[in-house]
Amino acid sequence: MTPVEIREEILDILSDIAPDEDLSALQDDVAFRDQVELDSMDFLDIVMELRKRYRIQVPEADYPQLASMRSTVTYLEPIMKDMQRVS
Amino acid sequence: MYDTIIIGAGLSGLAAGIRLAHYDKRVCILERHTTIGGLNSFYRQRGRDFDVGLHAVTNYAPQGSRRGPLARLLRQLRFRWEDFALVPQAGSSVAFPGVTLRFNNDFRLFEAEVAAQFPDQKDNLRKLVAQLIDYDDLDGSLFQRSTRALLAESITDPLLREMILCPVMWYGNARERDMDFGQFCIMFRSIFLEGFARPLAGVRLILRNLVRRFRSLGGELRLRSGVRRIQIEDGRAVGVELDNGEQLEARHVLSSAGIVETMRMSGERKELSPEPGQMSFIESIAVLDRLPRELGHHQTIVFFNDSETFHWERPQDEICDARSGVICSPNNFLYDGDVLPDGILRVTLMADYDRWCQLSADEYRLAKLHWFERTLASAARFVPDCRQHVIDMDMFTPRTIQRYTWHDNGAVYGAPEKRLDGRTKFANLFICGTDQGYVGIVGSLLSGILVANRHLLGDS
Repeated sequence: MTPVEIREEILDILSDIAPDEDLSALQDDVAFRDQVELDSMDFLDIVMELRKRYRIQVPEADYPQLASMRSTVTYLEPIMKDMQRVS
Repeated sequence: MYDTIIIGAGLSGLAAGIRLAHYDKRVCILERHTTIGGLNSFYRQRGRDFDVGLHAVTNYAPQGSRRGPLARLLRQLRFRWEDFALVPQAGSSVAFPGVTLRFNNDFRLFEAEVAAQFPDQKDNLRKLVAQLIDYDDLDGSLFQRSTRALLAESITDPLLREMILCPVMWYGNARERDMDFGQFCIMFRSIFLEGFARPLAGVRLILRNLVRRFRSLGGELRLRSGVRRIQIEDGRAVGVELDNGEQLEARHVLSSAGIVETMRMSGERKELSPEPGQMSFIESIAVLDRLPRELGHHQTIVFFNDSETFHWERPQDEICDARSGVICSPNNFLYDGDVLPDGILRVTLMADYDRWCQLSADEYRLAKLHWFERTLASAARFVPDCRQHVIDMDMFTPRTIQRYTWHDNGAVYGAPEKRLDGRTKFANLFICGTDQGYVGIVGSLLSGILVANRHLLGDS
């Protein structure tokens, strides 16, 4: 997957978790929690969805890397570069 | 071998099941009854649909709300707001002798009512609300403080204190006389700050959506499958034995049966078990030959009490206590053109489980008729008298509740001491539902979600 595809996948996960959110204006450098109404339980669902869809295990120590879209894509790029999109 | 066996197909068990099945856990829900829903089920009788316990869904939030318990659980269960089809209430009240406080889903009405009837308490109410908005329900350390003591610090008028306590205790207090402050905060917010709503079709709509989702995710639901015993080995749950002797293995067991009931199923000695709850109810359901509004009754829910002091305890002198009650009309929601087929009034009173259990079959039938009359007579002091218009009736008693939900004492709100973290003394046996601490439809669903997230969605 390319960074662009990874970004699309994250958007897909976000729209799955928060279907009522308008994600079209999401800014990649701003923390998710400052733009989208996600509490800690919802945030954990991003991690859980990555595991469900791609068997990716994000260790708890790495959760801060998933704060914004930019940092998430950067974090996932080396892990997902050889994967195909499943959804 | 299941990842998790869930005991009870009520709202909390179904919500937990959906979370686990969504994340590919192998999960089975076991329900002793022939149908789903637990304390919030539904049935059909003489051609009419009834809800079991539902008066209203609390914690209402309009479509588009992204905060609060309702929005949170919809996100977690991947439901759309429309899936619950909640219709807001018309308006409710707390009625004491000579003074009535109206409220609806806009808190300003209640504030205005308090300001008009208790002018010197207007700012005190603000203080109280600020205090309970700040209360963090995930922080258990303050949970058990006395509500009566804390309430007296802000609300200095004793009558207003009783009028605030009345609906809040009625809708979710497992403890007699006083209330845990944590529970009070959760309930006050859910009733006054968020509010009441109901799907036109009743709780069956919500339950059917939950079951459909659970099954579509691969979850297994077995009705008529009561758990006789939770098998414990070396301090861990290893599975369950059903009433028919069948044994099922699981890595985790999640029970919504109540903490006392769950400990008993695990073979725990009675004296080591927590105290069961004592608050049980009768509810009289009157089917009317016309709509309540045609009798001049427009309110959704009326919480009444016939003196200046509100007594929240198991009835001391009689089998029921007619001094206080809740009158609910499922017709009086803002359905926007849709109407229910019948006018219905549901009236709830506190009842004594032990006394109801001592009655013979004949005495039981007579007591039901007698208390149906007494209940409607008591309600007629606070809403238009509907007794000449009753065309059908039904009633549940503490015995009914125990018979269909297996909760000790027919205690609707469970044991007084809550297990907020869902843990038990056994490492992989957890509880959800009423005894975890959340009550009501939204509360039960959140309870299942919270316990599943915290303990059962790990890496195992």
